[in-house]
Amino acid sequence: MSKISDAIYEVHYMDTIASGTSPVHRVHPLAKLLVTIAYIWFTVSFDKYNVTGLITMVVYPVALFSLSEVSFKHSIKKLRIVLPFVVLIGIFNPIFDRTPRFLLYGLTITNGMVSGFALFIKAFLTVLASYLLIATTRIESICYALNILHMPDMLVTQILLTYRYITVLLSEANHIFEAYSLRAPFQKGIHYKVWGSLIGQLLFRSIDRASSLYDSMVLRGYSGSFKHSQLPNARWQDFAYPLLWVTLFAVLRYTNLISFIGNLFI
Amino acid sequence: MSHHHIICSNVSFSYEKNHEILHDISFSAGHDDAIGLIGANGVGKSTLLRILVGLEMGFTGEVSIGEIRLTKKTLPRIREKIGYVFQDSENQLFMPTVYEDIAFAPRNYGLDADQVEERVSHALNLIGINYLRDKQTYKMSGGEKKMAAIATILAMTPDVILMDEPTIALDPKNRRRLINILNSLDHIKIIASHDLDMVLETCNRVILMSEGKIIADGAARNILTDKDLLEANGLELPLCLQGESDISWHPGEPHGHIHL
Repeated sequence: MSKISDAIYEVHYMDTIASGTSPVHRVHPLAKLLVTIAYIWFTVSFDKYNVTGLITMVVYPVALFSLSEVSFKHSIKKLRIVLPFVVLIGIFNPIFDRTPRFLLYGLTITNGMVSGFALFIKAFLTVLASYLLIATTRIESICYALNILHMPDMLVTQILLTYRYITVLLSEANHIFEAYSLRAPFQKGIHYKVWGSLIGQLLFRSIDRASSLYDSMVLRGYSGSFKHSQLPNARWQDFAYPLLWVTLFAVLRYTNLISFIGNLFI
Repeated sequence: MSHHHIICSNVSFSYEKNHEILHDISFSAGHDDAIGLIGANGVGKSTLLRILVGLEMGFTGEVSIGEIRLTKKTLPRIREKIGYVFQDSENQLFMPTVYEDIAFAPRNYGLDADQVEERVSHALNLIGINYLRDKQTYKMSGGEKKMAAIATILAMTPDVILMDEPTIALDPKNRRRLINILNSLDHIKIIASHDLDMVLETCNRVILMSEGKIIADGAARNILTDKDLLEANGLELPLCLQGESDISWHPGEPHGHIHL
């Protein structure tokens, strides 16, 4: 399979896992969206040296992985693309902030190292939480939740159509790549001399496909905003879900749970 | 009140000056019409269908659907009456599941959840694809996609169904299934196709086009058995009529044994 068809498969794979039936999948999308936003907010608000506090926030992804049947291994495999960026975010901290903080087996740990590591954890956890949201909630449901939050219609439609058109763009790219590679069997990849014309082809073909899809939409009454399926009325669990999680996040954020538990044993 | 549901008067269309794609097209269609739109490649069949649903608006002449004149202003009302099935079902299905795709139009026309459910179930049952209800569209075969695409337009309860090459890329079994479905629908149908055997089985009237003009408009049986006329316009007799010597077929009848 080429990398492009891998990517198409991935988009479809996300659609498939997001349509699951686990308890997490069944929670109202607005509840999941609010919890994710709250989680990201609480996580990034931790003090820049508070690594132990941040570690307690792992409880949310761990719980979601075990309840939602989303594969942790697959998720990490997917997140490996963003991990280098995550590392980059905190890589300069040890250089700029060299104030010693403590000694670990004879090694001086500086404030920069701690804050860099904390930044790394924050970035990793927030990306993971966003991934878990889209892995347990269909894109239409997320957009529906955004609509309830009065997000501008134009923006919601943009998100939805961008997601839908990704596969259109990828499948056209895949057709071009396959046609090229069948007639250039000894070449690895696409020769740089034809990049220009192939990108032009890709652009025109994608515009054509996108226009046809748009035609199909307007012929069926589309007038600029998506009418989302009405989800069943919220149940008590849908209210309890964000309430419990946000309370837990607040407890983890504003109390030092690890030292509290440690004090119980020492 | 006119008994014609579609009226197309002196329609001409071009993308560029001095290069007309359609020239002075006039025809009308009533409630009993199932029209096969035939002609060689590039004669303007698809363009004519696109004009009828308002996807191409720069035409001269007049088009009326159900006594509503086609203008930019009346487009939403016109499109509510017409279901257009694209040649490539990939372009028609854009929602993640069959249910969502079929529900797309009823939701856009402001129906409530119960009515949407009713429309979707009705369309699925009519085509006989209830088993595909929650299937993800990208996982379906070409035949299933075509059936789902037809269901998406039936959910709009249109008066008129337009189809562009509906049998293209279908295997014989799915093609037969499609023919049976088409024969079971009592809508006004205009089917643009090169599959003349399918046209023979599903249409009672044929419009033959060549170079953007209507060359012949008449009973399917008369036009599709006229070898000279078909060959003069880049076509040939339907396969089921080739090489036989006696014809004993009547419109509406399955034609397992047609003899010229």
